[in-house]
Amino acid sequence: MDTPETSAASAPKPIDIIRAGMRRRKAAEMRFKLYGIVAITCGLLFLAILFVTIIGNAYTAFAQTKINLDFYLDPAVFSADAAPSAEDLSSADYGAIVRDGIRSLFPEVESRGDVRALSALVGRGAVYDLRETVMAAPDLVGKTLTLWVPADDDVDMLMKGHIERSGPEDQRRLSDNQLGWIDQLQADGRLEKRFNTDFFTKGDSREPESAGIWGAVVGSFYTLLVTLLLSFPLGVAAAVYLEEFAPQNRWTDIIEVNINNLAAVPSIVFGLLGLAVFINFFGLPRSVPLVGGLVLTLMTLPTIIIASRAALKSVPPSIREAALGVGASPLQTVTMHVLPLAMPGMLTGTIIGMAQALGESAPLLMIGMVAFIVDIPQGVFDPAAVLPVQIFLWADSPERAFVERTSAAILVLLCFLIAMNAFAVLLRKRFERRW
Amino acid sequence: MNTGDTQKPPPDSRGRSAGEVRRTTVPREHRETVGEVRVENPRIRCTDVNVWYGETHAVHNISIDVGHNEILALIGPSGCGKTTFLRCMNRMNDTIAGCRVEGEILVDGANVNGPEIDVVPLRARMGMVFQKPNPFPKSIFENVAFGPRIHGLTANQLELEEIVVTSLQKAGLWEEVKDRLEEPGTGLSGGQQQRLCIARAIAVQPEVILMDEPCSALDPIATATIENLMVDLSQNYSICIVTHSMQQAARVSQRTAFFHLGDLIEVGETSELFIRPGHQLTEDYITGRFG
Repeated sequence: MDTPETSAASAPKPIDIIRAGMRRRKAAEMRFKLYGIVAITCGLLFLAILFVTIIGNAYTAFAQTKINLDFYLDPAVFSADAAPSAEDLSSADYGAIVRDGIRSLFPEVESRGDVRALSALVGRGAVYDLRETVMAAPDLVGKTLTLWVPADDDVDMLMKGHIERSGPEDQRRLSDNQLGWIDQLQADGRLEKRFNTDFFTKGDSREPESAGIWGAVVGSFYTLLVTLLLSFPLGVAAAVYLEEFAPQNRWTDIIEVNINNLAAVPSIVFGLLGLAVFINFFGLPRSVPLVGGLVLTLMTLPTIIIASRAALKSVPPSIREAALGVGASPLQTVTMHVLPLAMPGMLTGTIIGMAQALGESAPLLMIGMVAFIVDIPQGVFDPAAVLPVQIFLWADSPERAFVERTSAAILVLLCFLIAMNAFAVLLRKRFERRW
Repeated sequence: MNTGDTQKPPPDSRGRSAGEVRRTTVPREHRETVGEVRVENPRIRCTDVNVWYGETHAVHNISIDVGHNEILALIGPSGCGKTTFLRCMNRMNDTIAGCRVEGEILVDGANVNGPEIDVVPLRARMGMVFQKPNPFPKSIFENVAFGPRIHGLTANQLELEEIVVTSLQKAGLWEEVKDRLEEPGTGLSGGQQQRLCIARAIAVQPEVILMDEPCSALDPIATATIENLMVDLSQNYSICIVTHSMQQAARVSQRTAFFHLGDLIEVGETSELFIRPGHQLTEDYITGRFG
């Protein structure tokens, strides 16, 4: 009689055992949540530090110190005759005009060395700006032209507070005389910081004050255009063939393993391949977006193929059966039903691949896209730089003014990447269908 | 003793797929079919059809006829090879890797497995309705118009619209969807979707309709609608239907075939087979002793 009762009392009920364990389980869950929150907070913190540093360095690059000068366009400088030809306009000695422009403000400066120090306050870009203006409007010759031209990068750095005024004169970038002239220009309202349009419209330059990002943006655009035009159709077609048509045997297995491995090959290896094949074997020119695009195509193809195959796999087989069941041929089934359903995934994969290609510099170094190129490329056969390589080049330059430009270029690159990823999300949302 | 009890397959937990027929551990003698498998003037004549999935012998030596304007019901426990056999008739098993079909299936005298047969026109002749409604994620109109369009059956948009309308009418769906042909087919209810799939199948004007458990995902009212539809359609088409519901087989079919573990055990007039089964297994199955 007692035995069952005592055993029932001594042996705890299952519900009690469960209750006793609940505290431990809940604690484990709380711990896991905490780890997650800590990890995300750390991540966000580092992201914030990154952005604060870059933006903090970069924002000054969007303003450039400019000098307002009056240039007398002496007809004698252009040609001996009355009407200067186009060639006269382009080959005239604009350096002298600029020099005279700044000298006219300080007539007391006489000695040769002082004159050189004075004209050094004006950036080299002033010559080009002046020539451009005159070339666009030849009837200005003989008149006085007032123009805001970029100041030298040392002046710019002084204005932005990156150069110290104190200290021994021979250890400073700017002499006492120059500081005096700068102060006077500033007092006259002829020196001020203005929005740096040159940064967004010009190509690279040795002089920081006239170095711009536009050449690299256009170069990146052409390179990515080639990459997109080649890798998207090739990648999608390869994925469709492998997923929908190829027989499942040892060969397709080997191909699949190889594609997966290619996605993990260091990108510089593709650069070496491009150098050996496209440039040395096929004799394509160096430094051009065409070769860059071809190399990046090799690099992004595996990514696109893998993403496209995953997208095709996710299309329910019932859709294929339905189409085959009414007598659609395999190709009709794929093009009319499977591909449209897989397209969002394929596009996402492609844009992620493109974003990867946009940020890639190592393989492009191998094919000579690291060259110093001033001109804006006009097509895929013109030598060009790309954004990441431009950042690398500027980061490598000694002038203090390139520091802020490097950060500004990074900002531009990040903006493009964010825009591309946002576009990928948008496309996905738009084309996504339910079934 | 009764072989059926010992060889009952385990319950199907994964749903239907290529591997519907399970590996049978004990090799068995082939079992002769009870009843008359042949009919006069058949639409489809199957002789000694065998199917293998890799090493698994899923369907054994099946011979059966489908007559004109007749509904033939295939019944049997899960994993007995009904669906596999049905899919042989329009060669849908081609899409399954490792599946091998042997034997002769004559549709109007032409062997579907013959080298001269192209599967595209074959499948256009043999419409198929699947277990799970699978409309395309497109508009109702596009769902029905797809078949006629890819086969080039219509010369212009007007004819195409006419086919769509008549197909929807035949499928008994027209009244419900006539005002919303541009809405997605996937937005319909389950029963409507299945009728849309039937409309899609008959829009190609097939000669035979193969139905693989068309009502298994539907409620009784939708099921009744589709059963009535099958009876109507059988005036113009031969229909071969796989079903798990013996009541459904009894209600709609003229002839019934009972499958068990890949063998065709018994074929007979539906009224005969359900009242006086000729084989012990059939009797056990229809009286609910297993399956």
